[in-house]
Amino acid sequence: MDAQVLNYVFPNDMHPHWTLMIVLYTYLTGLVEGAFIVSALSYVFGFKSLQPIARFSLVLAFSWLLVVTVPLIIHLGQPTRAPWMLLTPNYDGPSMMAGFGYIYLIYTLVILFQILFVYRYEMVLFKATSSGIKHHIYSILTLGTNDRSKEGRQIDTKVIWLFGALGIPTASLLHGYVGFIFGGVKAVEWWFTPLMPIVFSFSAAVSGIAGVIVTYIMIKLFTKRVYEIKTETLKTLIKLLWTFFIFAFFFEMLELGVHAYSVTENWHHVKAALEGPMQWSFWTMQIKVLSIIPFFILMWLSLRTIGRIALMFWGVVVSIMLLMQVFFMRWNVVVGGQIMGKSGRGFTEYFPEWFDKEGILVAGLILIAPIVILWLLSKIFPFWESTTEGER
Amino acid sequence: MTTMNDFMRKLIVSDDTIAPKEPQYRHIEQEMIDRDRRGFIDKIMSGALGGSLMLVVPMHSELFGELLSEEPTISLDESKKKQYCFIVDVTGCIGCGACCVADRKENNVPEGQYRTWVERYVIDMLGEVYVDSPNGGEDGYSESRDDITNEIKDSYFVPKLCNMCDEPSCVQVCPVGATFKSPDGFVLVDNTHCVACSYCVQACPYGVRFINEQTKTADKCTWCYHRVRKGKEPACVAACPTGARKFGDLNDPESEVAKIYHSKALLSVLKKEQGNDPRLYYIGAGQEVI
Repeated sequence: MDAQVLNYVFPNDMHPHWTLMIVLYTYLTGLVEGAFIVSALSYVFGFKSLQPIARFSLVLAFSWLLVVTVPLIIHLGQPTRAPWMLLTPNYDGPSMMAGFGYIYLIYTLVILFQILFVYRYEMVLFKATSSGIKHHIYSILTLGTNDRSKEGRQIDTKVIWLFGALGIPTASLLHGYVGFIFGGVKAVEWWFTPLMPIVFSFSAAVSGIAGVIVTYIMIKLFTKRVYEIKTETLKTLIKLLWTFFIFAFFFEMLELGVHAYSVTENWHHVKAALEGPMQWSFWTMQIKVLSIIPFFILMWLSLRTIGRIALMFWGVVVSIMLLMQVFFMRWNVVVGGQIMGKSGRGFTEYFPEWFDKEGILVAGLILIAPIVILWLLSKIFPFWESTTEGER
Repeated sequence: MTTMNDFMRKLIVSDDTIAPKEPQYRHIEQEMIDRDRRGFIDKIMSGALGGSLMLVVPMHSELFGELLSEEPTISLDESKKKQYCFIVDVTGCIGCGACCVADRKENNVPEGQYRTWVERYVIDMLGEVYVDSPNGGEDGYSESRDDITNEIKDSYFVPKLCNMCDEPSCVQVCPVGATFKSPDGFVLVDNTHCVACSYCVQACPYGVRFINEQTKTADKCTWCYHRVRKGKEPACVAACPTGARKFGDLNDPESEVAKIYHSKALLSVLKKEQGNDPRLYYIGAGQEVI
């Protein structure tokens, strides 16, 4: 009997337990990883064309990182007990969720220290020229140093490289890990695949790079400094985006393809869900509109010589599409897996409330929060013009 | 594991204070001390003042909010160890829903959430399977299904509850160790420690877990552990008018479950391929039962 026709789900599965907040959590961690990769390519692998946005990407990654745990804590039934995740972690299982807190903390420290070293020399200069609160902030952030020597700055460069190099595996671990939280759940057929961490990692890079492109161009646009946008930087970002997107999409399709080709009993249920309640969010949006169309736009932008204005316009358009694609992908994983009830005979449905604790309004605020944090951080860490650029 | 230790301490402390003169409790405590004297002292020390007070001030365990145990279910002596199992005889269930009502009352389960439920299976002549469970079968099945046009081949009721797995996925995934397996094999939730992340709800292959609306923590059927510890049977077993739900100790050769288990009766478990090794067995459940 067709699962859609029968439509029986276990009585406790009538609504998904992981809501929009968990979708956001996976989405935000992904953005962090992607933005970090952009900076790491410059600091660690020496991509010259990415140098103008290296430190901007790093601060951007940090501003997203700061809100990653917010949706998680909002989702907990007992938010005040959240510290138990760190204090009494279950490593006997082991629980894949128990290590997240530690990996998250380590990654936060890596990014934070990298930022402090990237800006160390400038902050020493700012400390001398500023007064009041700013002076105090820079005094704290420079950790008491006033070293302006060339040797000191050479050490900075080495430390930045080291943190960047440490950050790449940590970033992959962080997001691959998030993928495994889902991929390790054998009870949910739609999640249970070793490809999940890989899919999550590549799509994370896609969303983060797309996020860098959009914020980079938008900030320049709103500050009326479009002329400062470097075409070469943008072109590199778009090529990177295309490359990562090819891998992400390939693995997404591989996962689906293996599922479909194996034609197990589970597949019949998954197929019915993809053709039923997930038809629009999966096939129409995630695959057709937000994957196939961006793929060709990116191919065109990457392989052809495009005018600067067109590159900027289409760069933003395609990046927004891919930001949406990754959001839909996260939604289809998190919510989709729960829509397919464990009864194997039907589906439940979910659409978030507007004003619920875990609803759309709260989600909107969480997505806006990093922009506000970024603006605040820009007051301390200038993104673009380095006063010391000439001296380096 | 911290939670496990706490749990053991609570049991021992409560047993000791409830029945201080019972030699069998002294025996358990003594064995614990002998087995790991240093660890035991550590646990008391780590509990500091509170822990020490618990040993001298008579108080009941708060684990289930009532006095525990007139009959021990936990024994460190292998020969006395109990091996509980639950058997559901599908051929005996009449779908009256008395078990669900009893369970809700016994465990204060909020409306709309289910520690146990009863499903109705109807199979027509073409082999199509129809399943439903309105309000978890709690109101009984007085109405027959009128949406099935073909002739009916078979029909039966399947009670569902915690499978009390030997390899519980919920225990594996719990990030804080709030879900654990007791020494006598019960999978339980320490709701004073649960953060309600719902990971266990996702991981349970049988859909028996939920986040309790009132306590805001993970909840599920415990096979009425609080009753079993007092030597009683689970509420649903006691309420079942046909004896379709059976509970007992497999190590007791006189128990009904042991007799069935060691007989030629064909027992099955749900979702065997998941590898969770359930200790909930079914008699007469067709292959279509998931």
